[in-house]
Amino acid sequence: MDDIFGIPAPLLFGQLLLGLINGAFYAMLSLGLAVIFGLLNIVNMAHGAQFMMGAFCAWMLLAWAGIGYWWALILSPIIIGFTGIVLEKLFISKLYKLDHLYGLLLTFGLALIIEGVFRNEFGSSGLPYRIPPELSGAWDLGFMFMPIYRGWVVVAALILCLATWLIIEKTRLGAYLRAATENAALVQAFGVNVPRMVTLTYGFGVALAAIGGVLAAPIYSVNPQMGSNLIIVVFAVVVIGGMGSILGSILTGFALGIVEGLTKVFWPEASATVIFVIMAIVLLARPAGLFGRA
Amino acid sequence: MTECTSRRGILKAAAALPAMGGLPWRSARAQAANTVKIALLCDFGGTYRDVTGPTELACIRQAAAEFSNRGFNVEVLYGDNQNKPDVGSNLARQWIDRDGVDVVVDGGASSVALAVNDVVREKNKVFLNTSSATSDLTGSKCSPNTVHWTYDTWMLAKSTGGATVKAGGDTWYFVTADYAFGHALERDTTTFVRNAGGKVLGSVRTPFPGTTDFSSFILQAQASKAKVIGLANAGSDTVNCIKQAAEFGLTKRGIKLASLLMFLPDVHAIGLQTAQGLICTETFYWDLNDRTRAFTKKMRPNISVPLCMNHAGGYAAVLHYLKAAADMGVAQARANGVETVNRMKAMPCDDDCFGPGQIRQDGRKLHPAYLFEVKKPEESRGEWDYYKLLQTTPSEEAFRPLGDGGCSFVKA
Repeated sequence: MDDIFGIPAPLLFGQLLLGLINGAFYAMLSLGLAVIFGLLNIVNMAHGAQFMMGAFCAWMLLAWAGIGYWWALILSPIIIGFTGIVLEKLFISKLYKLDHLYGLLLTFGLALIIEGVFRNEFGSSGLPYRIPPELSGAWDLGFMFMPIYRGWVVVAALILCLATWLIIEKTRLGAYLRAATENAALVQAFGVNVPRMVTLTYGFGVALAAIGGVLAAPIYSVNPQMGSNLIIVVFAVVVIGGMGSILGSILTGFALGIVEGLTKVFWPEASATVIFVIMAIVLLARPAGLFGRA
Repeated sequence: MTECTSRRGILKAAAALPAMGGLPWRSARAQAANTVKIALLCDFGGTYRDVTGPTELACIRQAAAEFSNRGFNVEVLYGDNQNKPDVGSNLARQWIDRDGVDVVVDGGASSVALAVNDVVREKNKVFLNTSSATSDLTGSKCSPNTVHWTYDTWMLAKSTGGATVKAGGDTWYFVTADYAFGHALERDTTTFVRNAGGKVLGSVRTPFPGTTDFSSFILQAQASKAKVIGLANAGSDTVNCIKQAAEFGLTKRGIKLASLLMFLPDVHAIGLQTAQGLICTETFYWDLNDRTRAFTKKMRPNISVPLCMNHAGGYAAVLHYLKAAADMGVAQARANGVETVNRMKAMPCDDDCFGPGQIRQDGRKLHPAYLFEVKKPEESRGEWDYYKLLQTTPSEEAFRPLGDGGCSFVKA
């Protein structure tokens, strides 16, 4: 067996793969954040709570209505996306003209309230959600035992990220959205309903978080703090990638997943901090982030 | 703004003065002197909320209610320690200095408990620790103001660790939460494994709190070729480890998981399908005997998560404290924490949750430890029916012998 830096090669490959899987979650969540920040200029601190709501929605659909995983994957983002639209209409839309800080504080407050309500209702130790039978089991890759479900998460995340990037960068709708962020008044003058478009964009960003939640439900326990554990890391990913850069957040998400995975082998105690160390270095060297425009 | 508020506050107080003129000041003060203040400090919003939190608060209120007609009042306060030692010790200090709290119950995560332990000792109050694991509380960090009630790492290591080695699991690898509790549990279990002729092949320390994905650590454990993976963590960390170990097929490959600290709410969260066959140790189970069933029936309307030993510990420890306080007189009990704890040690304990027992010189409460196996889904007959009793360790053998702890004030 070959060793790389004193670590058996199969173990290292396994860790790289696991890093990629975690990276898929980072990418999916930071993508939603980047879309919302890029087009609405809102730092959506409620993103973690919305990710958690997506997971809970899947659990409720199964436990209360007998609706399984595949339908949840479609229904949960629609339902949670709709709650996002309501939030945008009621609160967030009032803040577009103010400083970023107000949006951050509002959404942070909303996140605390949402998490508190769920904690009160469902406790903190979590609820079981089983892997769908079609995706249970595992492949033996030789160097590691790869659960089919985790493979599916990576594929699903890649498809979602690519599709979002294509929509925003390559379609007419995406062009309107980007134009509206540059000069909303002008786009409105061309007959595009900008406020509605912005509302729907927020709903879409929230729906992305909810899909992430549904994908995470069978792997992690479905509990109210599942989002807050992840959201800080995801923010670091967005900052490193460059606030508002869609491609940046996707690539950084996957890359940092891998870096974190490797840290777990070489220096496990530091695995929770490594991303923030990178963030500090990137901010010093390139304040706009790796892919951001200054 | 502050000025405005405070001015308004003064005006309000001034307006209220005539109304309070008739208030019997002396009797109000007498009532305060006749009130025991108990404050529950634990996790109300994080990983350990369900194994302590609101359910333990309900249990403590139950104990207080049972003492409502003994000629003194019991007031119960509570606060969230956020699993942070600085937050916990500040809250304890504030309670004691500002609110006149006499007893701090629980403490929560071991790191917090060790900090609170020092505060309570400095202020000469009483610390009833009911959910922290570290055996240092009655060892190198022991305090004459502290009673460690429910369980500790030494007991878990002996019961769960000992049984696992006996069943053939002689090579171990630890997945350890990187703070006081995880370190103590790993250390105590390592001693047992080595003494039983087993070997520890290594360990990995996982950041706490904030780790949700343990698959990487589990694969490292698997790569060590150990027969047993010892989970020196708790709460949702344990839940995630067990779920993810099942996902990566460890159990199918014959690798055993030793969940060194697992509570009934954790089993509830994992689900019997995944948790079946795991063994764990608790000192209380709701379906153990008629007294525990009666207690659970009494508590049922006020709780939403299954009762575990920490909750029961909160009830029993407060009950025993109140008995001692009633016995020695409230004024005296409030005045001197060490003396009250000494009285608690001198009196035999008896309650519905743990049965008869006693508190040892070093503050260790002694009662039996029960080794349970998690039932298969088809064996479970109803709500919260999750455990099968495998073995009982009698109270005199369940905990570390008095002389081995290294507690400074224990006389040889």
